[in-house]
Amino acid sequence: MTYAERIQQRLTEALSPETLEIEDQSHLHKGHVGARPEGETHFHVRIVSAAFAGQSRVNRQRNVYKLLRAEMDERVHALALETLTPEEAAG
Amino acid sequence: MTDTATRDRIDAEVKANEVVLFMKGTPVFPQCGFSAATVQILSYFGVKFSSVNVLEDADIRQGIKEYSDWPTIPQLYVKGEFVGGCDIVREMAESGELPQLFREKGVAFTEAA
Repeated sequence: MTYAERIQQRLTEALSPETLEIEDQSHLHKGHVGARPEGETHFHVRIVSAAFAGQSRVNRQRNVYKLLRAEMDERVHALALETLTPEEAAG
Repeated sequence: MTDTATRDRIDAEVKANEVVLFMKGTPVFPQCGFSAATVQILSYFGVKFSSVNVLEDADIRQGIKEYSDWPTIPQLYVKGEFVGGCDIVREMAESGELPQLFREKGVAFTEAA
C-alpha cells in the first residue's frame, strides 16, 4: 500500500468523511529537510467530516495527527491540513 | 520522553515572551517552507515575536512536540498559550481570528489596511 492509500484508509475508517482529498505535494519540497527521493513525504489533506463538529482547530488536527502517527513516524514529514465540518465546507 | 529540565526551558521560553514561534531556522533564514510561511504571516501583522530554532537543539525539537501534544513544527504561542501550526495560523489570519486573538491578548500589531 502506498502512504497515500494508508492515509486514506485510516482517515476513512476513523472519521467517515464526506470528502477526503489527499494530494501528494512532495515534489514541491524536493531537496528540503524531510524530503526523500522516493517521495510521499508531504501531503495536502482536505477532510470534511461531521466528526469535527464542536472541536477546536487545534484538536481536530491533533486527532488527525494521532490517527496518522505510524505514517508520520515512518515516512511522512509534513501534512498541510484542512479540517472542516460539512457546514463549514458548505459555507 | 522529555526530561524535566527541557520541559522547564520550553515553559520558561513560552511564558517569558508575548509571542514566540518554535521554528526550523530563523526568521531571516527559515529552513522549512511551513516555518517561513508562519514568519511571513506574523510579519504581515507587524507582530514582534521571539523565535526558537529547534534545529539547534535536539532536546527542544523533541520536547516541544510533547509540550503541546503537537507533532509538527512550527508552533506558535501567544501569551503562553498554544495557538497552532502553520495551517491553523494561516486559516486564522484569513478569517480574521488571528488579529482578534492579538487584540484580546493585548499584543501590539498593525491593523491591515
